[in-house]
Amino acid sequence: MNAQAMVTAKPSGAQGALRLVLPVIVFAAGLLAWELVVRFKEIPPYVLPAPSVIILTLIKDWAVLSQSLATTLLTTLEGFAAASVGGIALALLFNQSKWVEYSLFPYAIVLQVTPVIAIAPLLLIYLEQQTAVVVCAFIVAFFPVLSNTTLGLNSVDRNLAGLFQLYGASPRQTLRFLKLPAALPYILGGLRIAGGLSLIGAVVAEIAAGTAGAGSGLAYRIAESGYRLNIPRMFAALLLLSLAGIVIYGVLALVSHLVLRRWHESALGKES
Amino acid sequence: MSAAQISSTVEASLTALAVSLRGVTKTYDNGVMALGPFDLTVRKGEFISLLGPSGCGKSTVLRIIAELSAPSSGSVRVARREGVPQPGHGIGFVFQEPTLMPWASVRENVRLPLRLGRVPKTEACARADAALASVGLADFADAFPRELSGGMKMRVSLARALVTDPDILLMDEPFAALDEITRFRLNNDLLALWRSLGKTVIFVTHSVFESVYLSQRVVVMTARPGRIQADIRIETVEPRGETFRTSAAYSDYCRKVSAALAPSYAEQSTL
Repeated sequence: MNAQAMVTAKPSGAQGALRLVLPVIVFAAGLLAWELVVRFKEIPPYVLPAPSVIILTLIKDWAVLSQSLATTLLTTLEGFAAASVGGIALALLFNQSKWVEYSLFPYAIVLQVTPVIAIAPLLLIYLEQQTAVVVCAFIVAFFPVLSNTTLGLNSVDRNLAGLFQLYGASPRQTLRFLKLPAALPYILGGLRIAGGLSLIGAVVAEIAAGTAGAGSGLAYRIAESGYRLNIPRMFAALLLLSLAGIVIYGVLALVSHLVLRRWHESALGKES
Repeated sequence: MSAAQISSTVEASLTALAVSLRGVTKTYDNGVMALGPFDLTVRKGEFISLLGPSGCGKSTVLRIIAELSAPSSGSVRVARREGVPQPGHGIGFVFQEPTLMPWASVRENVRLPLRLGRVPKTEACARADAALASVGLADFADAFPRELSGGMKMRVSLARALVTDPDILLMDEPFAALDEITRFRLNNDLLALWRSLGKTVIFVTHSVFESVYLSQRVVVMTARPGRIQADIRIETVEPRGETFRTSAAYSDYCRKVSAALAPSYAEQSTL
């Protein structure tokens, strides 16, 4: 089996490299085309800045932008933490009591389907701005955690549940040794979605708050730069937001992989 | 342990009852009557097989004995060990699937019943390792279930059932999904374990050959609702081995059991 894995590892390794190299080539080619078009057509930076100008702006405005990045990331992190704890806790509560589930689940759905961009202005009236922004991030991110955890807790192998019953496991033991580990892949999947969504929630709320005349997050910088026709800075802030989203996703995917690598199908290679 | 000693210990333990079912029935919520009325007496140390067509309630009998399912009527008596309250549990259950926790190592899987019974960790680990050694998997304690073959997973499942040192071992078609060679080996290993440990074994199967090879008694069940069609005692020289599997007596018993089983299948019009 080991020898076979060694043999099959080669083509899959080459394919892995291809999957990494090809998008990079496409990206570089796109940037080059963009740069050349802007230079030859002499498009002014307030219409479309060249990539080089965007990078220069990023360096020049780093003091402002880095502070905004930190603000947005902190908001995202707080929203994500609240969504993770809240979603998992609520799912556990639903799992313990059908009454609670039937009473509250419809409202969780209402919260999910109402566009957060429409809720944000209302929240900004009633809550302090920083709190309102975090609440928006929470609202957007918590539902996937809740629904995935609920799904996971309900996906326990029936025979294993019977085994726990046979050995007289207490509800707490069943939760700790059976339900939570069985739900873990689902929870991690939910968290991966929630990470990106809490960034989106934070950005949406910042834009709503920004138009109300306050705030210093990256989304606010984008809105502000738009009013001032500082297009290169808009692009630079957008670039930072994209990078932040990629890093958040990457970190959560890595955590998920590290936690599940020894046993779950999703984290195993195709050959093993 | 010599053959004479084995037969004497088996004789001595034949006196007491391990499991007794009287007029047990099971009707599901949807009104389907799955079982009964069903009477079964199993003596301590006995190895019996429940044999019957799919859906005849064989598994239901095991689940009722294990108290995983309540009978709709009738009485169930399961002997508990006398004297000091035993550490662990009186019943071991082996499911048709290995039913291992994929997220835990083999040792953790085997240790589970002791962990649920709050046995101290060092003692529990030692007992788990001993149980693994008894099924020939001492070297795989730190492996994860997915790294094992189907037969090895089943052995882990068996070790987990044995780790509490139960009086009664309930096995629900445990080897049905395995290839024939693996199945023969596990059959022999199971017989060796039964001889050395002296447990009461109730083994559910739909294989005539397996039931005759393994058990002292084959209880043939009718189609749903399951009742006892025949109760056939298999008598041969112990310990059994490949010579028994190829003997004329073995094929005679197989023929006899098959004949007893035939009406159960005839009743099933949907086949």
